[in-house]
Amino acid sequence: MRDRVPAVVTAPWSGERVRADFPMLARVTRGNRLAYLDSAATALKPQAMLDAVSDYYRNVSANVARGVHTPSQEATERFEEVRSAAAVFLGASAGEIVFTAGTTASLNLVAQTIGRLRLEGGGAEILVSELEHHSNLVPWQLVAQATNATIRAIPIDDGGDLDLDWLARNRSERTRVVAVCHVSNVLGTVNPIRRIADLAHEVGAVCVVDGAQGAPHLPVDVVALGCDFYAVSVHKLFGPTGLGLLYGRRALLEGMPPWQGGGGMIGSVSIERSTYAPPPARFEAGTPPIAEVYGLGAVLEYLGTWDWEALGHFEDRLVELARSELRALPGVTVFGAPRARVGVVTFGVAGVHPHDVGTALDAGGVCVRAGHHCAQPLMAKLGVASTVRASFGPYSTEGDVVALLAGVRRAQKVFGR
Amino acid sequence: MSDLDDLYQTLILDHNRAPRNFRQIGSPSGHAEGRNPLCGDTFDVWVSVAEGVVTDVAFLGQGCAISKASASMMTTIIKGKSVDEVRRLFERFHQMVTGRAPADDGEKSAVRKSLGCLSAFAGVAAFPIRVKCATLAWHALMKAVDEGAERAKGV
Repeated sequence: MRDRVPAVVTAPWSGERVRADFPMLARVTRGNRLAYLDSAATALKPQAMLDAVSDYYRNVSANVARGVHTPSQEATERFEEVRSAAAVFLGASAGEIVFTAGTTASLNLVAQTIGRLRLEGGGAEILVSELEHHSNLVPWQLVAQATNATIRAIPIDDGGDLDLDWLARNRSERTRVVAVCHVSNVLGTVNPIRRIADLAHEVGAVCVVDGAQGAPHLPVDVVALGCDFYAVSVHKLFGPTGLGLLYGRRALLEGMPPWQGGGGMIGSVSIERSTYAPPPARFEAGTPPIAEVYGLGAVLEYLGTWDWEALGHFEDRLVELARSELRALPGVTVFGAPRARVGVVTFGVAGVHPHDVGTALDAGGVCVRAGHHCAQPLMAKLGVASTVRASFGPYSTEGDVVALLAGVRRAQKVFGR
Repeated sequence: MSDLDDLYQTLILDHNRAPRNFRQIGSPSGHAEGRNPLCGDTFDVWVSVAEGVVTDVAFLGQGCAISKASASMMTTIIKGKSVDEVRRLFERFHQMVTGRAPADDGEKSAVRKSLGCLSAFAGVAAFPIRVKCATLAWHALMKAVDEGAERAKGV
């Protein structure tokens, strides 16, 4: 996890400086400078990524692992090169990185393969948490229904931190899977994955981590985290949509059956049966998102130039600024106060529905997410149907926070008429 | 007037604060739930229809100002109207909020006039994402009416 103590004084991060790399920030919306505070939904894309995708379609445009022609060989080489870079990014080895369609696909893959295997026989248990996004809950419900397993949720305390004592007390030999997010998409809670993974492993369960909100903010080292699976959405990591990463511990991947069948995942095929390729190819049926992988390659090179420690301090400062300024507004409630948090501020405005707040913000060029954030169990826990979420990225500025506050005041003014 | 003031007209804010017919009907001829999965907003709409005429309509639930005010104003305007009239009204309302109103100014003002207080929702057209909010209760109403008619046929 990112070291939050500035041992060495580094140059402070400049959101303004990095903005030049993201062409989308030049656009105007409803006559206003764009204040993009929705990076937790999808992050903006750097020019280098756009160029890489375009380069693939213009100059390569070949399938991977199939052709003997030169463009196909180039594509295959680059594809595997990016896999290796993704492995370095997550602290894994290349054979442990599966390209998927996104975090949702990654989690469904895990649930339907090792999840199903481990849960079979009835009486087994899956532990999730009250913080989970629907994508780390519904896949487990599907496999639980098929295997007669039960699902229970690790509760959160008033601040929005997981109650790990509950986990320690409630895990048992029946617990086969512990599935939690690295970072909550609503409260920004940074979960202590190492501790959770240890608690899971002590009872023989696998630890599955939804890293969709973790990877864009925290350096990830899957070995240090100790988890068995870690899922990433590339579009939240400044890359193209439609591509995800799944880290899986090699020994576990080896023992997992395929999820989807098709070309590319086989050893040999007859009419009756097939043998399967070793991982990660076993889990990559069909033509993969090749252009998107090219895009990811450029993103990883770009991210490699970042000072993540400086970025961390920068984002934390903006999040804290937004939190304290919002709390100072009468009628505004900021949800959650977890011990460690990154990236987001979630709030409500008394007497104004989050959707109406969202529209008032949009009218001023401010993009936020308003709704249940695909986390309805957490909304129920917070006692609301929906909230407003502002989320931050490397290109965020104090000006974005100012625009946010002005928008909230505008909503209050309109609804105070 | 800004887009925002145009959207949140005083009439809409008033219906949002004090929704009319915000209750349940004991033995309705039809009932349906309208749910917007995007935001989780939900309304229940109950309707009583006698001889093709809406005799009572009411709703309960939670939602944004646009959806709640739209539901409220819908209940005030359709009572006493025939089901056919209600359908035509919804069609015109839908055209207005989706920005498909007639280009001809004279025709436009005639449509606005026929929509009465519902024309307060004209500002929704500038915020396409909010069309679902404005029409949520209407869709539920139509479902409730159809469900009632089906049930009547079945009896």
